[in-house]
Amino acid sequence: MNFAVFILKKLFITVLILLGIAFITFSLVKQLGDPALSMVGERASPEVIEKIRKEIGADRPFLEQYVNYIKLLTKGELGRSYATKKEVKKELLAKFPNTMKLALLAMLFAVPVGVGLGFWAALKRNTVFDTFISSATILGISVPVFFSGLLIMLLISLKFKILPPSGTGGLRFMLLPALTLSLPAIATLARVSRTTVLDIIDMPFIKTARAKGLTEMKVNLAHILRNALIPIVTVIGLDFGSYLNGAVLTETIFGWDGIGRFAVEGIMKRDYPVVMGTILLGTVIFIFINVLVDISYHALDPRIRSRG
Amino acid sequence: MAPKGKISAAIIGLILLASLIMPFVYPYDPHAIDLDSLKEPPGPGHPLGTDQKGRDMLARLLEGATISISVSLLAAVVAMGIGLALGLVSGYFGGKLDMALMGLVDLVLSFPSLLLAIGVSVVLPAGIYTVMIAIAFVGWASFARLTRGYVLSLKEAQYVEAARAIGCGHGRVLMKHILPQCVPLALTLMTLKLGGYIITEASLSFLGLGAQPPVATWGSMISQGRAYIAVAPWIALFPGIAIAGTALSFNLLGDALSARFGLKMRG
Repeated sequence: MNFAVFILKKLFITVLILLGIAFITFSLVKQLGDPALSMVGERASPEVIEKIRKEIGADRPFLEQYVNYIKLLTKGELGRSYATKKEVKKELLAKFPNTMKLALLAMLFAVPVGVGLGFWAALKRNTVFDTFISSATILGISVPVFFSGLLIMLLISLKFKILPPSGTGGLRFMLLPALTLSLPAIATLARVSRTTVLDIIDMPFIKTARAKGLTEMKVNLAHILRNALIPIVTVIGLDFGSYLNGAVLTETIFGWDGIGRFAVEGIMKRDYPVVMGTILLGTVIFIFINVLVDISYHALDPRIRSRG
Repeated sequence: MAPKGKISAAIIGLILLASLIMPFVYPYDPHAIDLDSLKEPPGPGHPLGTDQKGRDMLARLLEGATISISVSLLAAVVAMGIGLALGLVSGYFGGKLDMALMGLVDLVLSFPSLLLAIGVSVVLPAGIYTVMIAIAFVGWASFARLTRGYVLSLKEAQYVEAARAIGCGHGRVLMKHILPQCVPLALTLMTLKLGGYIITEASLSFLGLGAQPPVATWGSMISQGRAYIAVAPWIALFPGIAIAGTALSFNLLGDALSARFGLKMRG
């Protein structure tokens, strides 16, 4: 299969998945409760509630609502927020770069540190350092981000007053949430890198590389790391999902104006267009990252390239 | 089993025991509001202090432990049951059904799990059953994939062929010959996953989607204690330590069990 066909097939599947997710989330989200009620409160007169239902189309049959929503989507629209009356698409586009900035900065911490620690631990197999890294990584996946974030905030912002505790803005505001977000990612990456490198390190071709007189540096980088990259890149890609997970919690804690916090507020206010919009955007990002990971396999591994 | 496994099993046992026995012997009610002792630091009266409404922290932590562990455990059992059943069928019969099921598994596994769980807990009324369903809704997929992979190798085994040859039906082969082999592996994966489930339960309650007040959960205690982090840090710190400690114990136990049963997990 050549590359263009591969990409086209991926795109086709993406559209199918999106329609499916749109249908599922739509039918789920519709069960949330009456949006009209949560907009005006329980004490509003029945006539007012009826009027709002008509206005937002909640009085129509379910399938009609779904078809209308899909029609809206094909026009590239996501509807308006019930609560603020603002266009969801505009809001998402405004907040999305904030979440991306945070996720990218977190990755910038996590990838070199995580892969480096895992690699190093594997090379020093069964030493105190290895044991220490292994224990630290288990701790890393056991502490929820909303707690580690709180600890970091308590220590750095409230005790030593080095960085601001919350808000949206430049690098000063980004450092703490990005650090929080990167902790579980560092732990996962270090674990995967360690196991992968341990698998490779005893293979005959490594022995050959050493036997033919390559320097340790060359063996480590050109032979071990190169072969370990495929599983590691998979995890980096898959982990993007956990950045999105983490963003929901971290953004809420640090008051960062991204799509994670936007989604949580939407849920609390029963603001369907907002919830639907963020879930769909999350899915698109997610599928996009997966395609990127697939493409990077082609670049990384000639064996996959020849197999197609 | 490695000593770290034994120690973590003992810690989990201790937490369970304490949360079961303490309500009968400990004098404080986790819901009793005491306006005379607001935000008291840990001391002789209240060993772990009191929260913003004067409720005893230790009593609330223990109530949180009961909820956290029982919700995660029940969710894990449900996820394991569904995953085992689908994995068995998928691996044993193969074909189109297998392709469809594994496609679904890939989809569930690749989607951001917390978003999916939030989606579920938003649809159903907030509460512990909802959290349980949300965790199981996402969790079954890993069990299905693990079981399917194992069944694929088992069904080629000679003893399975022999069982078929002497006339066992598919149902009997699946239930009596293949299923028992899969159970230890599935139980190991369950222990490994429990740490993550504890964190998901805490995250959902932190977002206000879990058990509703006045019931104390670790996640909701942190969410309330957040406002007092500068003046009364213990309100948020103790439940945080409880979550991390419990999740850590389950993760260590899971690691030790996977080493024992040769289960290799990536990540």
